[in-house]
Amino acid sequence: MSESQQIGDRMLPRQQRNWDARAAANFICGGAGGGLLLATALASGRGEDLRPLVVVALALVGIGLFAVWLEIGRPWRALNVYLNAATSWMTREAMVAPLLFASGAAAVMFNLPAAFWVAGLLGLAYVYCQAHMLHANKGIPAWRLASCAGMIVATDLAEGAGLLCAGALVWPGLASFGLLLAGLLAVRLLAWWRYLASLRSTGVPLGTSKAFDAVGVRFVWLGHVVPAVLGVAAGLTGLSLLAVLAGVLAAATGGWFKYTLVCRAAFTQGFALPRTPSRGQGSAGRGVQPGWNSVRPQ
Amino acid sequence: MSKRYAMAIDLRRCVGCQTCTAACKSANATPPGVQWRRVLDIESGEFPDVRRAFLPVACMHCANPPCMHVCPTTATKQREDGLVTIDYDLCIGCSNCIMACPYDARSIEHRPRYAYGEPMVSETARFDPGRLSVATKCTFCKERIELAAVTGQTPGIDPEVTPACVNSCIAGAMHFGDVNDPQSNISTLLGGTEHFRMHEELGTDPSVYYIWDGPRHE
Repeated sequence: MSESQQIGDRMLPRQQRNWDARAAANFICGGAGGGLLLATALASGRGEDLRPLVVVALALVGIGLFAVWLEIGRPWRALNVYLNAATSWMTREAMVAPLLFASGAAAVMFNLPAAFWVAGLLGLAYVYCQAHMLHANKGIPAWRLASCAGMIVATDLAEGAGLLCAGALVWPGLASFGLLLAGLLAVRLLAWWRYLASLRSTGVPLGTSKAFDAVGVRFVWLGHVVPAVLGVAAGLTGLSLLAVLAGVLAAATGGWFKYTLVCRAAFTQGFALPRTPSRGQGSAGRGVQPGWNSVRPQ
Repeated sequence: MSKRYAMAIDLRRCVGCQTCTAACKSANATPPGVQWRRVLDIESGEFPDVRRAFLPVACMHCANPPCMHVCPTTATKQREDGLVTIDYDLCIGCSNCIMACPYDARSIEHRPRYAYGEPMVSETARFDPGRLSVATKCTFCKERIELAAVTGQTPGIDPEVTPACVNSCIAGAMHFGDVNDPQSNISTLLGGTEHFRMHEELGTDPSVYYIWDGPRHE
């Protein structure tokens, strides 16, 4: 499509191109890392030395932040990101990050239960900030719903539990967390259905519908039903291989969902005419909202 | 009450000539592919009841601007007179404001671009490296409005202190003024016509009004 056509087509919702895979990586890695910190805190009282999982979680958050640093237009001004804590969730995310790294480093160095818990709660705060960063973007109908923020938090927590279960490869005792993973996947599935229902009720750009229709069935089966069954089986039998499979599936499909949300389903609002104008001797006409799967009531 | 500058666009008069688009590009030296203002061409209905309308769009200078709320750097600000501005020296080019704007009004260009590949003399003269890799958008020609404070002229009445797009409109479809002044040109116009604001349901309280019916003002 030529440049002039792209500009002319802006009556219709169009797929956003400003946040690409690098921005998606911040949500994919950062969310999973924050969830893993919380899950590791939950598992930290069992006697196993889970400090490597904290290192993995911090690395994930770091990779996400590095990816988004590569994306911004003026990377050497990046510290300006701290200037609007009053209203910007991006600023708040950036403020949580150093605290998260400091508490995580303390957990790794001193192996203190309190440090695990502080890092875990900061991981939850990080996830919450990321969810609301998307929710605050009114220009993207697929993101601005409250149910989208709920879905992001639900998937980040499930991914964290999934990565914890994947840790059963090294610590077989973690297989018992398969039950927790199954429970969180049930919550994520409910959040997914609630999100889809709110998209249907508010109306949505056609491109958003197509993007989610393309992944919906596989997301439910591969991302929820199969790993939940594997997780329950792992929790009941203690078989670490089942927990690893369940965890990897839960984490991978969560990342797949976030990539879809950021890079494929994110269509702009487009434009609408509540009434078409009266021109010449004619009268005003009905409204029009091209590119949406429903027209707003007049 | 402080001023709140707003624009009223009479959709009955707009003929889609894109003169405002060209005037904006000329006044603000935006690169190819970046249009702070553009006119959308909308066809709707089914034969034989088919309609065509032209919709000039740009930054709506919202009273509750989502772009400002999400901006992590405070580069996007709101002036007392309602204009939403961008401080190019603070912006980090994170694009969060672009995602937040429901009006597709903002752009980021990461490389210099010229109409014919190589820069023309005029493009070289007006090139501003400070605008690269940061968010840009319609300013309501704020330099002109600031000039009004010096000269005592009235934006929307005196062309020297009125946005370039409004001055250029061949059909008299675009109007500009202080919507908080009940005696202003724009308040009088809006008081006698049917109008809407784009995506009002999103709570942005935009400062651009679209007139679709009511008595015609000559």
